[in-house]
Amino acid sequence: MTDTSKIKVSIRGLYKIFGAKPKEALTNVKDGLGKPELLDQHGHVLGLQDINVDMQEGEITVIMGLSGSGKSTLIRHLNRLIEPTDGEILVDGEDVLAYGEKKLHTLRQNTMSMVFQKFALFPHRTVLQNAGMARRVRGEDAASADKEGRKWLKRVGLEGYEDKYPNQLSGGMQQRVGIARALASDSEIMLMDEAFSALDPLIRTDMQDLLLELQRELHKTIVFITHDLDEALKLADHLVILKDGAIVQQGEPQEILLNPNDPYIMDFISDINRARVLRVRSVMDATTTAGVDISGDVEADANLESVIAMSGGDTTKHYRVMKDGKQIGLLHMQDLVRALVPVIAPEHDDRAA
Amino acid sequence: MAIYDGIFKTLGLSDWCATEDTGGPMTMAELLAQANNGGGDADGAEAVAEATPLLETPFPSLDVLHKSCGSVPRTRDMTSAVEEAFLNVKDGMKVVLDPLTQPLSWLLDASLAGFQATPWFIMIPLLMLLTYYASRSWSVLALVTGSFLFMAFIDHYNYAIQTLSIIFVCTIFCVALGVPIGIAMSKSNTMQRITIPILDMLQTLPTFVYLIPLIFLFSVTESKLYGIAIILYAIVPVIRLTDLGIRLVDKDVIEAADAFGMNSWQKLTGVQIPLALPNIMAGINQTIMMSLAMVVIASLVSAPGLGVLVLRGINNLELGVGLVSGFCIVLLAVLLDRSTKAALGRINASEK
Repeated sequence: MTDTSKIKVSIRGLYKIFGAKPKEALTNVKDGLGKPELLDQHGHVLGLQDINVDMQEGEITVIMGLSGSGKSTLIRHLNRLIEPTDGEILVDGEDVLAYGEKKLHTLRQNTMSMVFQKFALFPHRTVLQNAGMARRVRGEDAASADKEGRKWLKRVGLEGYEDKYPNQLSGGMQQRVGIARALASDSEIMLMDEAFSALDPLIRTDMQDLLLELQRELHKTIVFITHDLDEALKLADHLVILKDGAIVQQGEPQEILLNPNDPYIMDFISDINRARVLRVRSVMDATTTAGVDISGDVEADANLESVIAMSGGDTTKHYRVMKDGKQIGLLHMQDLVRALVPVIAPEHDDRAA
Repeated sequence: MAIYDGIFKTLGLSDWCATEDTGGPMTMAELLAQANNGGGDADGAEAVAEATPLLETPFPSLDVLHKSCGSVPRTRDMTSAVEEAFLNVKDGMKVVLDPLTQPLSWLLDASLAGFQATPWFIMIPLLMLLTYYASRSWSVLALVTGSFLFMAFIDHYNYAIQTLSIIFVCTIFCVALGVPIGIAMSKSNTMQRITIPILDMLQTLPTFVYLIPLIFLFSVTESKLYGIAIILYAIVPVIRLTDLGIRLVDKDVIEAADAFGMNSWQKLTGVQIPLALPNIMAGINQTIMMSLAMVVIASLVSAPGLGVLVLRGINNLELGVGLVSGFCIVLLAVLLDRSTKAALGRINASEK
């Protein structure tokens, strides 16, 4: 699918160094100096290191990493809330870094919208005014801003709250306003900086479902930042794993789950419920030839947990894998069980699982 | 001749010292010494100086050094030189400052005339309306009404209204100048570094010290004289709190404003000022209080109002006049404070 779709945002060789003389430090980094050495010898902090990511149009790209891994720094480079030290950021093939102030404002007003971890709503404006904010900033009149605001508030389930102030709403509702605000700008790209991290688990799941539902309809290019692997696996079309400002692995999430290439990632994924995250399509035997002894049909995007439930734990069964009404493969329950064998990080598996 | 003679000798400055001995007026101490010695005996003075024990060595100040070396100016000469210098630049400053500050005089005079020309039966309801509009509080309205009726009853209404008119004009000037300065300070750290020492100085300089150079610059009969003194004193809190208020605006909200492509003007008017408003209002409240404090002192330089009565109380030792007018000032302070605080509370509440 990556071949056919178009690259919307492309990050090439991005570096960010925090400190007094980042340009000088950059040459050191490019000569192979690591993050701790740079801090020790030059007093500069290496924020991001040689980041290359292509984000497909209409997909959710999730950037995952622990705190301090540079993920929030990275997302702020896309709309230049933070200026990079070196590298290129291409949006629709245009280098954003070459933009002057005016073009940058236009980009932020029209092409990119952002959802924040701490909601960052305007406390002195009503929910409706907040939702229509992007349009007001663009210079559209109040009527059209309110119309769009109302429409999107309704879409995120906040009808009737238009005249409240943000502080009168709960955290989950505030973030719905945040999402409505981003959607009302009608931008093609949505940046979501740990958008659901401040919410409690149940509401977080609700919001993830809301996002996926909206995405099925709107097909925006979404860049989503999170530190939660379950969330990342649930949302991601393309997963980028950051560690200490560098990319450890990126690709299709199922692919990463089945073939982690780094102890850091193995450590990460050892904790998750693989049966719930892995999909049938990732473990099936891709073939169109009719199999023998077929017990039934399963959807390609169904997770393994549901198949196990269906089979009643019988590992000798075989299923036909369907997508859009056609067979695309066969699922052997033995392969399924094999895929569930946990991957354990070779060196330090002393973590409480 | 005196204790520090030796230093000038070793430095080879004896000639320079000896060349001129400034006459000039003598200090009271010198005059007394002269009278006691019966004609000022140089040798006698030297003898005393030689006898000075080590523990009583005087600090080498200008006056002491002058005794050893006539070329060193005395402190008296220094202060008169400062005066001289000020008088020299005065005319130049006046050419610039006079027209620049003239609108202040006009406004003060016009507002005084306007406030006084309005009859009490219009003025008091007008003030009540304004109070209610700003505070939306019946208790504050009752306080204001009661205070004005009381002051009118004891024939202090006219003085109070004069004071109010001066505060009114000065507060407008303070806000009009202070808020932009505060905004500039919040935008630039350099600006903040430069402005803070000036604000510190304005706040700590004894109020009378403003008045002295102002009297030289402008005529005492001009109303801008006290206007400037009040504004200089009272403008400080509104500047400080505007700066603080804007700097305290939530960084996340500012980031959101940036992320949605607001330009700096949209950010300032749409986000920063509205969110800093509670602080700015607190600054305005303080500014009003400080101008009220200064308007009393400014009566020394012909500012009309309740301060004149206080001054009369002091000058003529009319205890009752002083106390009653002092009480009226307190009343005015309380009602101004309560109504601005109620307005501030209303702004705060709307954001909750």
